[in-house]
Amino acid sequence: MTQTAPVKDWATDFDVLDPDYVRNPFGIWDELRTACPIAHTDRRISSWMPTRYEDVTEMAHDIEHFSSLRVAVIPGGEDDEAPADGPNLEYGLPPISADPPLHTWTRRLLLPWFSHRRVESYVPLTRSLCQRLLDGFAGSGGADGAAGYAQQIPVRVIAQILGVSPDEADTFTGWVRDVLEFADDPDRRTHGAEGLLNYFIGQLEYRRQNPGDDLLSELLHTEEEGKPIDDGIVLGMAALVLIAGVDTTWSAIGSSLWHLATHPDDRKRLVAEPELMPTAIEELLRAYSPVTMARLVVHDVEYKGCPMKEGDKILMNFPAANRDPEAFENPETVVLDRAHNRHVAFGSGIHRCAGSNLARMELQVALEEWLRRIPEFSLEEGAEVTWAGGQVRGPRSLPLVFP
Amino acid sequence: MKIRVDPDKCQGHARCYGLSPELFDVDDYGQATVVVDEVPAELEDKARLAIANCPEYAIEVVSE
Repeated sequence: MTQTAPVKDWATDFDVLDPDYVRNPFGIWDELRTACPIAHTDRRISSWMPTRYEDVTEMAHDIEHFSSLRVAVIPGGEDDEAPADGPNLEYGLPPISADPPLHTWTRRLLLPWFSHRRVESYVPLTRSLCQRLLDGFAGSGGADGAAGYAQQIPVRVIAQILGVSPDEADTFTGWVRDVLEFADDPDRRTHGAEGLLNYFIGQLEYRRQNPGDDLLSELLHTEEEGKPIDDGIVLGMAALVLIAGVDTTWSAIGSSLWHLATHPDDRKRLVAEPELMPTAIEELLRAYSPVTMARLVVHDVEYKGCPMKEGDKILMNFPAANRDPEAFENPETVVLDRAHNRHVAFGSGIHRCAGSNLARMELQVALEEWLRRIPEFSLEEGAEVTWAGGQVRGPRSLPLVFP
Repeated sequence: MKIRVDPDKCQGHARCYGLSPELFDVDDYGQATVVVDEVPAELEDKARLAIANCPEYAIEVVSE
Protein backbone atom coordinates (compact mmCIF):
# COMPACT_ATOMS: atom_id res chain seq x y z
CA MET A 1 0.00 0.00 0.00
CA THR A 2 1.29 3.46 -0.81
CA GLN A 3 2.18 5.94 1.91
CA THR A 4 -0.48 8.45 2.84
CA ALA A 5 -0.07 11.73 4.72
CA PRO A 6 -1.32 11.46 8.32
CA VAL A 7 -4.97 12.45 8.82
CA LYS A 8 -5.51 15.28 11.33
CA ASP A 9 -9.21 15.87 10.77
CA TRP A 10 -11.36 12.89 9.78
CA ALA A 11 -14.42 15.06 9.10
CA THR A 12 -12.78 17.19 6.39
CA ASP A 13 -9.72 15.25 5.22
CA PHE A 14 -10.40 11.52 5.64
CA ASP A 15 -8.30 8.84 3.99
CA VAL A 16 -9.60 5.26 3.88
CA LEU A 17 -6.07 4.00 3.20
CA ASP A 18 -4.68 5.52 6.42
CA PRO A 19 -2.92 2.56 8.11
CA ASP A 20 -4.56 3.13 11.52
CA TYR A 21 -7.98 3.36 9.87
CA VAL A 22 -7.39 0.14 7.93
CA ARG A 23 -6.48 -1.65 11.18
CA ASN A 24 -9.26 -0.20 13.31
CA PRO A 25 -11.84 2.12 11.71
CA PHE A 26 -14.56 1.55 14.31
CA GLY A 27 -13.75 4.40 16.71
CA ILE A 28 -13.37 6.86 13.84
CA TRP A 29 -16.82 5.93 12.50
CA ASP A 30 -18.33 6.42 15.98
CA GLU A 31 -16.80 9.89 16.24
CA LEU A 32 -17.90 10.85 12.73
CA ARG A 33 -21.49 9.67 13.25
CA THR A 34 -21.77 12.02 16.22
CA ALA A 35 -19.70 14.98 15.03
CA CYS A 36 -20.03 14.95 11.22
CA PRO A 37 -22.02 12.00 9.88
CA ILE A 38 -21.13 12.73 6.25
CA ALA A 39 -17.38 13.34 6.10
CA HIS A 40 -15.55 14.89 3.16
CA THR A 41 -12.08 14.71 1.66
CA ASP A 42 -10.26 16.21 -1.28
CA ARG A 43 -7.65 13.46 -1.27
CA ARG A 44 -7.50 11.75 -4.70
CA ILE A 45 -10.90 13.17 -5.71
CA SER A 46 -13.60 15.16 -3.89
CA SER A 47 -15.46 12.46 -1.96
CA TRP A 48 -18.16 12.24 0.67
CA MET A 49 -18.50 9.43 3.20
CA PRO A 50 -21.80 8.81 4.99
CA THR A 51 -21.47 6.77 8.21
CA ARG A 52 -25.08 6.61 9.48
CA TYR A 53 -27.36 3.70 8.53
CA GLU A 54 -30.19 6.00 7.51
CA ASP A 55 -28.01 8.08 5.17
CA VAL A 56 -26.19 5.16 3.58
CA THR A 57 -29.39 3.25 2.79
CA GLU A 58 -31.23 6.36 1.60
CA MET A 59 -28.39 7.29 -0.76
CA ALA A 60 -28.18 3.70 -2.04
CA HIS A 61 -31.81 4.03 -3.14
CA ASP A 62 -31.34 7.46 -4.76
CA ILE A 63 -30.05 6.28 -8.13
CA GLU A 64 -31.15 9.52 -9.74
CA HIS A 65 -28.41 11.54 -8.03
CA PHE A 66 -25.94 8.79 -7.16
CA SER A 67 -24.89 6.72 -10.16
CA SER A 68 -22.95 3.47 -10.15
CA LEU A 69 -20.84 4.42 -13.19
CA ARG A 70 -17.85 4.82 -10.84
CA VAL A 71 -17.83 2.27 -8.05
CA ALA A 72 -14.09 2.09 -7.26
CA VAL A 73 -13.33 3.49 -3.81
CA ILE A 74 -9.80 4.34 -4.92
CA PRO A 75 -10.24 6.23 -8.20
CA GLY A 76 -7.88 5.62 -11.08
CA GLY A 77 -8.32 2.33 -12.87
CA GLU A 78 -11.76 3.03 -14.21
CA ASP A 79 -10.60 6.34 -15.65
CA ASP A 80 -7.67 4.79 -17.56
CA GLU A 81 -7.86 5.00 -21.33
CA ALA A 82 -9.35 1.90 -22.92
CA PRO A 83 -7.37 0.30 -25.76
CA ALA A 84 -8.52 1.63 -29.14
CA ASP A 85 -9.15 -1.70 -30.83
CA GLY A 86 -10.51 -5.06 -29.74
CA PRO A 87 -12.67 -5.80 -26.73
CA ASN A 88 -12.24 -3.48 -23.78
CA LEU A 89 -14.09 -2.44 -20.68
CA GLU A 90 -15.90 0.52 -22.22
CA TYR A 91 -19.06 -0.67 -20.43
CA GLY A 92 -17.23 -1.09 -17.12
CA LEU A 93 -18.24 -4.13 -15.10
CA PRO A 94 -22.00 -4.44 -15.55
CA PRO A 95 -24.25 -4.72 -13.65
CA ILE A 96 -22.24 -3.40 -10.67
CA SER A 97 -20.89 -0.34 -12.48
CA ALA A 98 -24.02 0.31 -14.54
CA ASP A 99 -27.28 2.18 -14.07
CA PRO A 100 -30.60 1.05 -15.57
CA PRO A 101 -31.30 -0.03 -18.26
CA LEU A 102 -27.92 -1.80 -18.79
CA HIS A 103 -27.89 -2.71 -15.08
CA THR A 104 -31.32 -4.32 -15.23
CA TRP A 105 -30.85 -6.85 -18.02
CA THR A 106 -27.24 -7.76 -17.25
CA ARG A 107 -28.23 -8.38 -13.62
CA ARG A 108 -31.11 -10.63 -14.69
CA LEU A 109 -28.62 -12.75 -16.66
CA LEU A 110 -26.37 -13.20 -13.63
CA LEU A 111 -28.91 -13.71 -10.82
CA PRO A 112 -29.99 -17.30 -11.66
CA TRP A 113 -26.34 -18.40 -11.37
CA PHE A 114 -26.39 -17.27 -7.74
CA SER A 115 -29.94 -18.23 -6.73
CA HIS A 116 -30.20 -20.13 -3.45
CA ARG A 117 -31.11 -23.30 -5.35
CA ARG A 118 -28.04 -23.04 -7.59
CA VAL A 119 -25.85 -22.14 -4.62
CA GLU A 120 -27.05 -25.25 -2.80
CA SER A 121 -25.53 -27.29 -5.65
CA TYR A 122 -22.09 -25.74 -4.93
CA VAL A 123 -22.11 -26.89 -1.27
CA PRO A 124 -20.45 -30.32 -1.78
CA LEU A 125 -17.61 -28.73 -3.79
CA THR A 126 -17.11 -26.04 -1.15
CA ARG A 127 -17.21 -28.52 1.72
CA SER A 128 -14.67 -30.88 0.19
CA LEU A 129 -12.43 -27.94 -0.67
CA CYS A 130 -12.48 -26.78 2.97
CA GLN A 131 -11.85 -30.31 4.21
CA ARG A 132 -8.87 -30.70 1.89
CA LEU A 133 -7.35 -27.45 3.11
CA LEU A 134 -7.89 -28.48 6.75
CA ASP A 135 -6.33 -31.90 6.06
CA GLY A 136 -3.18 -30.01 5.12
CA PHE A 137 -2.66 -28.16 8.41
CA ALA A 138 -5.08 -29.33 11.13
CA GLY A 139 -2.43 -31.56 12.70
CA SER A 140 0.41 -29.05 12.53
CA GLY A 141 -0.43 -26.83 15.52
CA GLY A 142 -0.76 -23.60 13.58
CA ALA A 143 -1.81 -22.04 10.28
CA ASP A 144 -2.43 -18.74 8.55
CA GLY A 145 -6.23 -18.55 8.70
CA ALA A 146 -6.26 -15.86 5.99
CA ALA A 147 -3.69 -16.88 3.35
CA GLY A 148 -3.81 -20.63 4.08
CA TYR A 149 -7.57 -21.07 4.40
CA ALA A 150 -9.95 -18.15 3.76
CA GLN A 151 -8.10 -16.96 0.65
CA GLN A 152 -8.14 -20.42 -0.92
CA ILE A 153 -11.90 -21.03 -0.87
CA PRO A 154 -14.03 -18.48 -2.82
CA VAL A 155 -11.67 -18.18 -5.78
CA ARG A 156 -11.94 -21.91 -6.51
CA VAL A 157 -15.74 -21.95 -6.26
CA ILE A 158 -15.96 -18.95 -8.58
CA ALA A 159 -13.56 -20.64 -11.03
CA GLN A 160 -15.96 -23.58 -11.19
CA ILE A 161 -18.95 -21.31 -11.89
CA LEU A 162 -17.08 -19.40 -14.60
CA GLY A 163 -15.77 -22.64 -16.06
CA VAL A 164 -12.10 -21.67 -15.75
CA SER A 165 -9.29 -23.69 -14.23
CA PRO A 166 -8.99 -23.72 -10.41
CA ASP A 167 -5.25 -24.34 -10.97
CA GLU A 168 -5.00 -20.63 -11.85
CA ALA A 169 -6.45 -19.65 -8.46
CA ASP A 170 -3.30 -17.93 -7.19
CA THR A 171 -2.97 -15.93 -10.40
CA PHE A 172 -6.62 -14.83 -10.20
CA THR A 173 -6.19 -13.83 -6.56
CA GLY A 174 -3.11 -11.78 -7.45
CA TRP A 175 -4.94 -9.85 -10.20
CA VAL A 176 -7.98 -9.21 -8.01
CA ARG A 177 -5.79 -7.93 -5.15
CA ASP A 178 -3.94 -5.68 -7.60
CA VAL A 179 -7.12 -3.97 -8.79
CA LEU A 180 -8.88 -3.78 -5.42
CA GLU A 181 -6.30 -3.62 -2.63
CA PHE A 182 -3.42 -1.98 -4.44
CA ALA A 183 -5.46 0.35 -6.65
CA ASP A 184 -3.45 3.31 -5.33
CA ASP A 185 -0.36 1.90 -7.04
CA PRO A 186 -0.80 2.54 -10.80
CA ASP A 187 1.65 -0.20 -11.80
CA ARG A 188 -0.05 -2.91 -9.79
CA ARG A 189 -3.49 -1.70 -10.81
CA THR A 190 -2.58 -1.82 -14.49
CA HIS A 191 -0.91 -5.19 -14.10
CA GLY A 192 -4.01 -6.68 -12.48
CA ALA A 193 -6.47 -5.13 -14.93
CA GLU A 194 -4.46 -6.21 -18.00
CA GLY A 195 -3.99 -9.70 -16.61
CA LEU A 196 -7.71 -10.14 -16.05
CA LEU A 197 -8.69 -8.60 -19.36
CA ASN A 198 -6.28 -10.59 -21.49
CA TYR A 199 -7.12 -13.83 -19.70
CA PHE A 200 -10.85 -13.41 -20.30
CA ILE A 201 -10.37 -12.31 -23.92
CA GLY A 202 -8.62 -15.66 -24.48
CA GLN A 203 -11.30 -17.56 -22.57
CA LEU A 204 -14.11 -15.96 -24.59
CA GLU A 205 -12.42 -16.88 -27.86
CA TYR A 206 -12.02 -20.48 -26.70
CA ARG A 207 -15.58 -20.81 -25.42
CA ARG A 208 -17.10 -19.34 -28.55
CA GLN A 209 -15.78 -22.46 -30.34
CA ASN A 210 -16.02 -24.85 -27.38
CA PRO A 211 -19.05 -23.98 -25.30
CA GLY A 212 -19.57 -25.72 -21.94
CA ASP A 213 -22.27 -25.51 -19.29
CA ASP A 214 -20.62 -22.56 -17.55
CA LEU A 215 -21.52 -18.90 -17.12
CA LEU A 216 -19.08 -17.62 -19.76
CA SER A 217 -20.46 -19.97 -22.42
CA GLU A 218 -24.02 -19.01 -21.57
CA LEU A 219 -23.30 -15.28 -21.87
CA LEU A 220 -21.65 -15.83 -25.25
CA HIS A 221 -24.66 -17.71 -26.56
CA THR A 222 -27.38 -15.46 -25.17
CA GLU A 223 -29.23 -12.89 -27.25
CA GLU A 224 -30.52 -9.60 -25.94
CA GLU A 225 -33.17 -7.95 -28.11
CA GLY A 226 -32.36 -10.35 -30.96
CA LYS A 227 -28.61 -9.69 -31.01
CA PRO A 228 -25.66 -11.37 -29.31
CA ILE A 229 -24.39 -9.46 -26.29
CA ASP A 230 -21.55 -7.04 -27.11
CA ASP A 231 -18.15 -8.64 -26.36
CA GLY A 232 -17.24 -5.70 -24.14
CA ILE A 233 -20.26 -6.36 -21.94
CA VAL A 234 -19.56 -10.10 -21.69
CA LEU A 235 -15.96 -9.32 -20.79
CA GLY A 236 -17.04 -6.86 -18.09
CA MET A 237 -19.53 -9.31 -16.60
CA ALA A 238 -16.95 -12.11 -16.52
CA ALA A 239 -14.34 -9.89 -14.89
CA LEU A 240 -16.92 -8.67 -12.38
CA VAL A 241 -17.86 -12.18 -11.24
CA LEU A 242 -14.21 -12.93 -10.51
CA ILE A 243 -13.36 -9.56 -8.94
CA ALA A 244 -16.48 -9.42 -6.78
CA GLY A 245 -16.41 -13.06 -5.79
CA VAL A 246 -12.90 -13.40 -4.43
CA ASP A 247 -11.57 -10.66 -2.11
CA THR A 248 -14.95 -9.98 -0.55
CA THR A 249 -15.92 -13.42 0.73
CA TRP A 250 -12.37 -14.32 1.63
CA SER A 251 -12.30 -11.18 3.80
CA ALA A 252 -15.55 -12.14 5.54
CA ILE A 253 -14.23 -15.64 6.30
CA GLY A 254 -10.93 -14.22 7.60
CA SER A 255 -12.58 -11.57 9.79
CA SER A 256 -14.93 -14.17 11.24
CA LEU A 257 -12.00 -16.45 12.12
CA TRP A 258 -10.23 -13.43 13.66
CA HIS A 259 -13.30 -12.73 15.79
CA LEU A 260 -13.62 -16.33 16.98
CA ALA A 261 -9.87 -16.49 17.71
CA THR A 262 -10.04 -13.36 19.87
CA HIS A 263 -13.46 -13.98 21.50
CA PRO A 264 -13.28 -17.47 23.04
CA ASP A 265 -16.77 -17.24 24.57
CA ASP A 266 -18.32 -16.79 21.13
CA ARG A 267 -16.14 -19.55 19.70
CA LYS A 268 -17.18 -22.00 22.43
CA ARG A 269 -20.82 -21.04 22.08
CA LEU A 270 -20.84 -21.60 18.32
CA VAL A 271 -19.16 -24.99 18.76
CA ALA A 272 -21.69 -26.00 21.44
CA GLU A 273 -24.73 -24.56 19.63
CA PRO A 274 -24.21 -25.06 15.89
CA GLU A 275 -27.92 -24.30 15.34
CA LEU A 276 -26.97 -20.64 15.92
CA MET A 277 -25.06 -20.62 12.64
CA PRO A 278 -27.70 -18.80 10.49
CA THR A 279 -27.95 -15.78 12.83
CA ALA A 280 -24.24 -15.96 13.71
CA ILE A 281 -23.28 -15.66 10.04
CA GLU A 282 -25.46 -12.56 9.63
CA GLU A 283 -24.05 -11.05 12.83
CA LEU A 284 -20.44 -11.60 11.75
CA LEU A 285 -21.29 -10.07 8.36
CA ARG A 286 -22.80 -7.09 10.17
CA ALA A 287 -19.92 -6.52 12.57
CA TYR A 288 -17.14 -7.08 10.02
CA SER A 289 -18.74 -6.06 6.73
CA PRO A 290 -15.93 -6.17 4.19
CA VAL A 291 -17.22 -4.04 1.33
CA THR A 292 -17.46 -0.30 0.68
CA MET A 293 -18.73 0.73 -2.77
CA ALA A 294 -18.56 4.15 -4.39
CA ARG A 295 -21.18 6.19 -6.23
CA LEU A 296 -20.77 9.10 -8.65
CA VAL A 297 -22.74 12.30 -8.10
CA VAL A 298 -24.41 12.96 -11.48
CA HIS A 299 -26.44 16.06 -10.55
CA ASP A 300 -25.47 18.75 -8.05
CA VAL A 301 -27.42 18.07 -4.88
CA GLU A 302 -27.45 19.35 -1.32
CA TYR A 303 -27.85 16.27 0.86
CA LYS A 304 -28.31 16.83 4.61
CA GLY A 305 -26.53 20.16 4.28
CA CYS A 306 -23.60 18.81 2.23
CA PRO A 307 -23.11 20.55 -1.13
CA MET A 308 -22.42 17.57 -3.40
CA LYS A 309 -21.21 18.49 -6.87
CA GLU A 310 -21.49 16.59 -10.15
CA GLY A 311 -18.36 14.46 -10.42
CA ASP A 312 -17.87 14.02 -6.66
CA LYS A 313 -17.69 10.49 -5.30
CA ILE A 314 -19.69 9.01 -2.45
CA LEU A 315 -18.09 6.23 -0.42
CA MET A 316 -21.05 4.10 0.58
CA ASN A 317 -19.80 3.03 3.99
CA PHE A 318 -21.96 -0.05 4.51
CA PRO A 319 -19.58 -1.32 7.24
CA ALA A 320 -20.04 1.91 9.27
CA ALA A 321 -23.82 1.85 8.72
CA ASN A 322 -23.86 -1.63 10.23
CA ARG A 323 -22.35 -0.29 13.48
CA ASP A 324 -24.74 2.65 13.84
CA PRO A 325 -26.28 2.64 17.36
CA GLU A 326 -29.44 4.23 15.90
CA ALA A 327 -30.01 1.04 13.90
CA PHE A 328 -28.47 -1.67 16.11
CA GLU A 329 -28.55 -2.12 19.86
CA ASN A 330 -24.99 -2.34 21.25
CA PRO A 331 -23.54 -2.40 17.74
CA GLU A 332 -19.96 -2.86 19.00
CA THR A 333 -20.85 -6.23 20.53
CA VAL A 334 -21.16 -9.40 18.47
CA VAL A 335 -24.36 -11.19 19.55
CA LEU A 336 -24.48 -14.56 17.82
CA ASP A 337 -28.26 -14.83 18.12
CA ARG A 338 -29.05 -11.16 17.44
CA ALA A 339 -32.72 -11.15 16.45
CA HIS A 340 -33.07 -7.64 15.05
CA ASN A 341 -30.47 -7.32 12.31
CA ARG A 342 -31.29 -5.41 9.13
CA HIS A 343 -27.61 -5.23 8.18
CA VAL A 344 -26.57 -4.00 4.75
CA ALA A 345 -23.27 -5.87 4.35
CA PHE A 346 -24.46 -6.77 0.84
CA GLY A 347 -25.64 -3.25 0.08
CA SER A 348 -29.17 -1.96 -0.23
CA GLY A 349 -31.49 -1.21 -3.14
CA ILE A 350 -31.11 -2.29 -6.77
CA HIS A 351 -27.38 -3.06 -6.44
CA ARG A 352 -27.79 -5.58 -3.62
CA CYS A 353 -24.85 -7.97 -4.05
CA ALA A 354 -25.85 -10.46 -6.76
CA GLY A 355 -23.62 -13.10 -5.16
CA SER A 356 -24.89 -12.75 -1.59
CA ASN A 357 -26.36 -16.28 -1.45
CA LEU A 358 -23.02 -17.69 -2.57
CA ALA A 359 -21.01 -15.58 -0.12
CA ARG A 360 -23.24 -16.55 2.79
CA MET A 361 -22.99 -20.24 1.90
CA GLU A 362 -19.19 -20.10 1.57
CA LEU A 363 -18.84 -18.30 4.91
CA GLN A 364 -21.10 -20.80 6.66
CA VAL A 365 -19.46 -23.91 5.19
CA ALA A 366 -15.94 -22.52 5.82
CA LEU A 367 -16.73 -21.85 9.50
CA GLU A 368 -18.62 -25.13 10.02
CA GLU A 369 -15.75 -27.20 8.63
CA TRP A 370 -13.09 -25.23 10.53
CA LEU A 371 -14.94 -25.49 13.85
CA ARG A 372 -15.62 -29.20 13.35
CA ARG A 373 -11.92 -29.90 12.82
CA ILE A 374 -10.36 -27.14 14.95
CA PRO A 375 -12.81 -26.18 17.71
CA GLU A 376 -10.09 -24.56 19.83
CA PHE A 377 -7.80 -21.92 18.40
CA SER A 378 -6.37 -18.51 19.20
CA LEU A 379 -4.08 -15.86 17.74
CA GLU A 380 -0.40 -16.74 17.83
CA GLU A 381 1.12 -14.73 20.66
CA GLY A 382 3.30 -11.88 19.44
CA ALA A 383 2.55 -12.50 15.76
CA GLU A 384 1.19 -9.63 13.71
CA VAL A 385 -2.21 -9.68 12.01
CA THR A 386 -2.16 -7.57 8.84
CA TRP A 387 -5.30 -6.02 7.37
CA ALA A 388 -6.27 -4.76 3.93
CA GLY A 389 -8.75 -1.92 3.61
CA GLY A 390 -10.24 0.63 1.25
CA GLN A 391 -12.76 -1.12 -0.97
CA VAL A 392 -12.55 -4.43 0.90
CA ARG A 393 -11.51 -4.85 4.54
CA GLY A 394 -10.24 -8.11 5.98
CA PRO A 395 -7.16 -9.84 7.41
CA ARG A 396 -4.41 -10.75 4.95
CA SER A 397 -2.26 -12.68 7.41
CA LEU A 398 -3.88 -14.26 10.44
CA PRO A 399 -1.43 -16.45 12.40
CA LEU A 400 -3.50 -18.93 14.42
CA VAL A 401 -2.41 -21.66 16.83
CA PHE A 402 -4.35 -24.71 17.98
CA PRO A 403 -3.72 -27.87 20.01
CA MET B 1 -51.02 -14.17 11.58
CA LYS B 2 -50.83 -13.32 7.86
CA ILE B 3 -47.74 -11.79 6.25
CA ARG B 4 -46.78 -10.68 2.75
CA VAL B 5 -43.69 -9.49 0.85
CA ASP B 6 -43.99 -6.18 -0.99
CA PRO B 7 -42.55 -7.06 -4.44
CA ASP B 8 -41.63 -3.43 -5.12
CA LYS B 9 -39.47 -3.21 -2.00
CA CYS B 10 -37.92 -6.72 -2.11
CA GLN B 11 -34.39 -6.64 -3.58
CA GLY B 12 -33.60 -10.33 -3.18
CA HIS B 13 -31.42 -10.29 -0.06
CA ALA B 14 -33.03 -13.68 0.78
CA ARG B 15 -32.57 -13.03 4.49
CA CYS B 16 -36.17 -14.20 5.09
CA TYR B 17 -35.56 -17.49 3.32
CA GLY B 18 -32.20 -17.99 5.07
CA LEU B 19 -33.70 -17.54 8.54
CA SER B 20 -37.24 -18.90 7.99
CA PRO B 21 -37.31 -21.29 5.01
CA GLU B 22 -40.59 -22.77 6.29
CA LEU B 23 -42.36 -19.49 5.53
CA PHE B 24 -40.65 -18.03 2.46
CA ASP B 25 -39.29 -18.93 -0.93
CA VAL B 26 -37.12 -16.85 -3.23
CA ASP B 27 -37.15 -17.29 -7.01
CA ASP B 28 -34.16 -17.39 -9.36
CA TYR B 29 -34.18 -13.60 -9.65
CA GLY B 30 -34.33 -12.94 -5.92
CA GLN B 31 -38.03 -12.20 -5.54
CA ALA B 32 -39.27 -13.47 -2.18
CA THR B 33 -42.79 -14.78 -1.56
CA VAL B 34 -44.64 -16.11 1.47
CA VAL B 35 -45.47 -19.81 1.02
CA VAL B 36 -48.17 -20.14 3.71
CA ASP B 37 -51.64 -18.56 3.86
CA GLU B 38 -51.61 -18.37 7.60
CA VAL B 39 -48.42 -18.45 9.71
CA PRO B 40 -48.73 -21.45 12.07
CA ALA B 41 -48.66 -20.32 15.72
CA GLU B 42 -45.39 -22.14 16.39
CA LEU B 43 -43.69 -20.26 13.53
CA GLU B 44 -44.79 -16.75 14.50
CA ASP B 45 -41.43 -16.06 16.15
CA LYS B 46 -39.71 -17.07 12.92
CA ALA B 47 -41.97 -14.72 10.96
CA ARG B 48 -41.03 -11.87 13.32
CA LEU B 49 -37.34 -12.80 12.96
CA ALA B 50 -37.62 -12.53 9.17
CA ILE B 51 -39.43 -9.18 9.43
CA ALA B 52 -36.73 -7.79 11.75
CA ASN B 53 -33.95 -8.87 9.40
CA CYS B 54 -35.21 -7.53 6.07
CA PRO B 55 -32.91 -4.66 5.05
CA GLU B 56 -35.59 -3.30 2.69
CA TYR B 57 -38.51 -3.32 5.18
CA ALA B 58 -40.32 -5.39 2.56
CA ILE B 59 -42.19 -7.86 4.82
CA GLU B 60 -45.55 -6.70 6.15
CA VAL B 61 -47.93 -8.12 8.71
CA VAL B 62 -51.32 -8.24 6.96
CA SER B 63 -53.22 -9.38 10.06
CA GLU B 64 -52.18 -10.47 13.55
